[in-house]
Amino acid sequence: MPRLLTGNRVETGDVIWWTGTGWSLHLKDAVAVDADGEALIARFAPQERINDLALIDADATDAGWRPRTTRERVRAVGPSVRPDFALPSIPVESI
Amino acid sequence: MYRYDEFDQAIVDARVAEFRDQVARRLRNEISEEAFKPLRLMNGIYLQLHAYMLRVAIPYGTLDSRQLRMLAHIARRYDRGYGHFTTRQNIQYNWMKLEEMPDLLADLASVEMHAFQTSGNCIRNISSDQFAAAAADEIADPRPYAELLRQWSTLHPEFSFLPRKFKIAVTGSATDRAAIQLHDIGIKLVQNGDGEIGLKVLVGGGMGRTPLLAHVIRDWLPVADYLSYMEAILRVYNRHGRRDNIYKARIKILVNDLGPAEFARQVEDEWARVKPLGLDPPPSELARIAAHFQPPVLDASAPVAIDLSDPEFAQWVAVNTHPHKVPGHAIVTISLKAPGEIPGDASADQMDLIADLAQAHAQDEIRVTHAQNLVLPHVRRDALFTIWQALKGAGLATANLDRASDIISCPGLDYCTLANARSIPIAQKLAVKLAPQEADLGELKIKISGCINGCGHHHAGHIGILGVDRKGEENYQLLLGGSGAEDASLAKILGPGFDENGIVNAVEKVIGRYQALRTGPDERFLDTYRRVGAEPFKEAVYG
Repeated sequence: MPRLLTGNRVETGDVIWWTGTGWSLHLKDAVAVDADGEALIARFAPQERINDLALIDADATDAGWRPRTTRERVRAVGPSVRPDFALPSIPVESI
Repeated sequence: MYRYDEFDQAIVDARVAEFRDQVARRLRNEISEEAFKPLRLMNGIYLQLHAYMLRVAIPYGTLDSRQLRMLAHIARRYDRGYGHFTTRQNIQYNWMKLEEMPDLLADLASVEMHAFQTSGNCIRNISSDQFAAAAADEIADPRPYAELLRQWSTLHPEFSFLPRKFKIAVTGSATDRAAIQLHDIGIKLVQNGDGEIGLKVLVGGGMGRTPLLAHVIRDWLPVADYLSYMEAILRVYNRHGRRDNIYKARIKILVNDLGPAEFARQVEDEWARVKPLGLDPPPSELARIAAHFQPPVLDASAPVAIDLSDPEFAQWVAVNTHPHKVPGHAIVTISLKAPGEIPGDASADQMDLIADLAQAHAQDEIRVTHAQNLVLPHVRRDALFTIWQALKGAGLATANLDRASDIISCPGLDYCTLANARSIPIAQKLAVKLAPQEADLGELKIKISGCINGCGHHHAGHIGILGVDRKGEENYQLLLGGSGAEDASLAKILGPGFDENGIVNAVEKVIGRYQALRTGPDERFLDTYRRVGAEPFKEAVYG
């Protein structure tokens, strides 16, 4: 199963996703890191710029990445009860 | 209201300056997250699912209009225009930026507020009765006693690293609006035959993973011995509370393991050692604090009779106001639970409006309730219509206090890293479904938590709902029979859990069975449940 690398930016707490070359606020920009995930965490963790680095499971769908757990879908989109804050990641109604 | 003296203000200002330096060092990478995390938590800053969350302490739930306007300003300037009032009379902001936090805390300090001791294993915000100084059944205002505890416990070096967090509630009325039996320490003001005020002390209550009701360990404690006795309780807990297992670290576990009598004996022994040390302040200190809480001068000749010809207004008065101890006045509860809205959330504009109303009509006081509503405690009855009209224009005039749509809900998995399931959407669906029939149902307290930690007080709900994770899917357990009031009891799980739609249907079935079983319109759901037991409800839900 594809794995994505995510974390929270220190300055703002924003949820961010590894794009292969940098970090994005949007899940749609994420790339699967798969076997490289642990190495990327080992690379970024000592830099202390991103909190709570983690690898999460996601499915590749026609609409883009869909994280496996409700928790990660909520992280990616925003609170399901505030669709006005939803990020263009996955449809908020699909959380 | 209590006003900071130079010591209070100096402590808060110094903490802001200290934290400003700590944040700058973190942003410059001079300290690691591992080192910084406990420092930010000491200032009430958590990292949640979407951003940093700030929890601001509201001591015993009391605010003035200046402070509420500052909370509105913080919502606008630093957040996304709203805040969330919590089940411990605090407020949380969900979209904080670490880099802006020092300025925010400085703004808070400018109105005598702060965020420390809203996290960590220390004595948390002291909670109290939202009707303090206004309730007709009150022995004495509990807030001076809560304020004395606040001062004693603020940055108390011995109790800054307890085995686990520690929550204290103080009340002064026969009606328990502060859930004292569900706190680590519950204090109830009592009066003896000579009219003297003393304290009844309860210890070892709590919800969460191991829900337990508190035990009375002293029926009468002289006021003069208040702090030394609290010190003794905390010392026994600090010495013997478990630090090897986070799930068994609360004082309720220690009290339960030792037995209330043995725990009380150890407290008395410790107190015998502590009391001669002179920790108790002189009576003049409590009197100094109490002077800040002098009841407002209200006109007892204000008219009691008001025009109730508008049925919607009359309904709101009947449901959301309580008798005040002074004739011609009322206590107003402003519901933050309009059906379909997020329980406890208030926009900056709504906060400003309520601040304006408090200043104009309620002696400049606002209270936060543990049920996530706001209160104007001292209102002339002939001002109620004006207040209601203003509230109605802002979506704040829902007449549902203690009814089915007045649901307590934690933030749940929509915001919280600890949560296993979303709780707000369940509250929204239930509120919309039940609102049309809630007048017929009478008092019905529904409480929803998104995880076992129980911030939504599900164990104290007449109907409680607990969100759990079942193989990656949200699942909801149904509990019945709890109460956080003076008739406290712990709700019990009815049976297997449900998905999101299933739990809403199950609650509807429970309510339908209640309507069929109750002896009359005056028998509350809780009374019916206690009379007939769980079986009829189990049969209704599971067939």
